Amino acid sequence: MKARVHVMLKNGVLDPQGEAVRHALGSLGFDGVEGVRQGKVIELDLAETDEAKARKTVTDMCEKLLANTVIESYSVELA
Amino acid sequence: MKAAVIVFPGSNCDRDLAVALENAGADVTMIWHKDTALPEGIDLIGVPGGFSFGDYLRCGAIAANSPICQSVIKHANKGGYVFGVCNGFQVLTETGLLPGVLLRNANLKYICKPVELRVATTNSAYTSGYEKGAIITVPIAHHDGNYFADEATLDRLQGDDRIAFTYVDNPNGSARDIAGILSENRRVLGMMPHPERMADPLHGGTDGAALFRGLIDQLAHA
Repeated sequence: MKARVHVMLKNGVLDPQGEAVRHALGSLGFDGVEGVRQGKVIELDLAETDEAKARKTVTDMCEKLLANTVIESYSVELA
Repeated sequence: MKAAVIVFPGSNCDRDLAVALENAGADVTMIWHKDTALPEGIDLIGVPGGFSFGDYLRCGAIAANSPICQSVIKHANKGGYVFGVCNGFQVLTETGLLPGVLLRNANLKYICKPVELRVATTNSAYTSGYEKGAIITVPIAHHDGNYFADEATLDRLQGDDRIAFTYVDNPNGSARDIAGILSENRRVLGMMPHPERMADPLHGGTDGAALFRGLIDQLAHA
C-alpha cells in the first residue's frame, strides 16, 4: 500500500522560504498572495496491506524521523 | 582526559575538532557513525560540524538516528560530556539532548564569516575559561543556524542560565540572539559558531582556545 506524508511547519514558526516565494510571486505580478507556507511531501511504498497497521507504522516513522514535532506537524494519507 | 569525535558521512570539521582537543591536552579517538559502542573511559564526545548525510530531510536528522547516537545519548544520560558544534548542535537538538531546533537563516543566506559572541555564562566546564560578558570573535559557517524554541523553553533556558553564548549582532535570526546552549546538567553544549577554527595563532585568532583549555582542565580534575 502507498502512504503519503505531508509535513508542514507549525503555525507561528517563521517560514523564510515561504516568504521568499511570496515575494517572488508578487514580483511576477501575482497580486493578492497574502501568505505562502512551504512544506514537504514524502511518498512511501509499503509492503503492509492492513490500513490500521500501516497508519500506526507511518505515524511512528513521523514521530521518530520524518517530522520534527518541535516545529513541524504532519498528516498521513493511505491509498 | 579521553575524548571521542564522531565522524558521519559529510562531517568536515571532525579533524579540526580533534586537533583543537589534542592541542588542549586530550587523548582523541575518531569514531565512525556505524560503530555502536564507544571505547571504555570516554569523558567527552565531540559531535563535529559539516553536512552529515547531505543535510537531507532536516539538518542532523539522519545523523541523530545513526547507530552511534544511541551510545551518545546513553553517555549524556549517565552524566557524560557532549560537545556539538554547528551540524553537531543540529544533531544534538534532533536527538532531544538539547531543546529547540535550528531553522533556515532568517535572510535565507549561507553565512560564512567571523562574528562576535558574548560569553553569557561562565558556569560550565566549556565557558569557565572566559570572563563573564567577554566578547570573543569566532567564525560561523551555516545555512541553518536560526535557533528556535517556544517561549516557555526560551524562558527556562534564560532563567536557568543555560544560554552559553549569544551573538553581539544577530546574523541569522536566532531567538534571543542565542548562539549556544547548555543541557540541564550543564554538561552538554551545542553551539553554531566554530571555536575549533579559532584555536591556534595560524587561524588568525585564538579566542576559541579557552573553551578547550577550560573544558580539559575541568575534566582532568574531575
